[in-house]
Amino acid sequence: MSVDKDTVNKIARLSRIAISDAEADKMVGELNGILAWVEQLGEVDVTGVEPMTAVISNKLRLRDDVVTDGDVRDKVLANAPAKEGSFFGVPKVIE
Amino acid sequence: MTDFSRLGVAAIRDGVANGEFKAVEVAEALNTRVAAAKALNAFIVETPEMAVAAAQAVDADRAAGKPLGKMAGVPIGMKDLFCTEGVQTTAASHMLEGFVPTYESTVSANLWKAGAGMLGKLNLDQFAMGSSNETSYFGNVISPWRRNDGDNAALAPGGSSGGSSSAIAARLCPAATGTDTGGSIRQPAAFVGISGIKPTYGRCSRWGVVAFASSLDQAGPMARDVRDCAIMLEAMAGFDPKDSTSLDLPVPAWEAGLNSDLKGKRIGIPREYRLDGIDEDIAKMWDNGIAWLKDAGAEIVDISLPHTKYALPAYYIIAPAEASSNLARYDGVRFGLRDLPEGAGLQDMYAATRAAGFGEEVRRRIMIGTYVLSAGFYDAYYTQAQKVRALIARDFDNAWASCDLILAPTAPSAAFGLGEKNADPLSMYLNDVFAVPASLAGLPAMSVPGGLDKQGLPLGLQIIGKALDEQAVLNAGLAIEQRSGFTAEAGEWW
Repeated sequence: MSVDKDTVNKIARLSRIAISDAEADKMVGELNGILAWVEQLGEVDVTGVEPMTAVISNKLRLRDDVVTDGDVRDKVLANAPAKEGSFFGVPKVIE
Repeated sequence: MTDFSRLGVAAIRDGVANGEFKAVEVAEALNTRVAAAKALNAFIVETPEMAVAAAQAVDADRAAGKPLGKMAGVPIGMKDLFCTEGVQTTAASHMLEGFVPTYESTVSANLWKAGAGMLGKLNLDQFAMGSSNETSYFGNVISPWRRNDGDNAALAPGGSSGGSSSAIAARLCPAATGTDTGGSIRQPAAFVGISGIKPTYGRCSRWGVVAFASSLDQAGPMARDVRDCAIMLEAMAGFDPKDSTSLDLPVPAWEAGLNSDLKGKRIGIPREYRLDGIDEDIAKMWDNGIAWLKDAGAEIVDISLPHTKYALPAYYIIAPAEASSNLARYDGVRFGLRDLPEGAGLQDMYAATRAAGFGEEVRRRIMIGTYVLSAGFYDAYYTQAQKVRALIARDFDNAWASCDLILAPTAPSAAFGLGEKNADPLSMYLNDVFAVPASLAGLPAMSVPGGLDKQGLPLGLQIIGKALDEQAVLNAGLAIEQRSGFTAEAGEWW
């Protein structure tokens, strides 16, 4: 499988990363180089092998359903690039 | 007068505890060294006042007869991937420039509780993605080492924990934290002639560590000898309910358990690691390592890890896939950079912010990850990689039937020059060929100095152990350290 410029632009869109035309051109070669290299995985016989889900077997723990955190509004907002009152500020999304 | 830069973790801890010197004297001496080493660019932020405050607290505790922690009075460097409350944490990115956490990572909190102090936040590859420290938004870290051919080329300190390795090798700090996703503790340690251990996945909490690839990320210590690594790992490790993959196990007394007598231990030498065209100096160092472990009483056995050659390609699917997901959080809304072009809507703001905030390598990996996880390609790439990963882990499981530890080189070469491997991302990725398999299998692995190459640069030997058997890894590291006679240091040119 290899990618063309349209695919690179689509991946950039899905990644929410703006790229210029020149960057997209450059990325076509780079991604194809990397993808061609990782494709050697296709030659491994994985019949009957389950994909790994945890490196060290470890049970997911359950905790009591109680409030243990919170009431830290100012801390949550402390690093917001834009805030209004006690809210995160974003550009207008509803016309 | 004591040259505090020559003391390691154990020596500082013991000297402070025995009243030979005050913790504050050590902190001040190292603060001065850090401030004078700007040419290395190892630190993004220096926090001399915090180092002194922690030392004063230790001195006061000692004067009051209170018990002292495992790291009492030891000033360290903190990789700038660990959130530190009130101190900028950037992951060496423009995205997080100016981000000041309102909370402390569990690992750093554990270290402060143990009496360590912070000299500053150490530079790294951006979001820990890199093997040479050339992807940092805050500039390259320079290795204190130089080749002996007189060309004075600036060398890579390794990556991603390159600020950590450079600072320790330059004796700016006795130890530092590192994180290892695919070799980021071991390869930089090897490049500068120090030691570093990545423990079993789950030993050190990931809470408050800026995430790269969560199924691989693991913190660990870097220091100038094995004992210091053992001490610091004890202070860093431990169960943390805030990390769902944290291991709920007691922390072993690794320092007290150090024992370089390897009688009864079988050391596996993986034949697949002896690559065609392996560097002659690396091969020689590996042979020396084998002889040293034999001398320590171990039995050497030939083993096979048949899927080794697939570890790197699997890693370069899995790690970018996880990164693309983890780094989705950088949206310009809740924290970090925002780039809002005139008249832009929310979607354009996301795209502009992420284009401006992420460096080239980070953007590349997010895009690879997005592609391999996208509809129609997920099974062919991601699921296949996770199956191959299972086979790589199985290779190790099979190997443990005939050996207790594995010995291999840490990296396929000594440190390379800055700029030498930049042109092609693949050639940089290949430098992690020996480090990545243990990461994919979550196993403890350590690098210790193994000697110098023809150009006078350090080379590292890697010891890989069974899950949870850090003790055996440390012990073999100690056996090598006692026999290698490695005392070489970088000349102080900065």
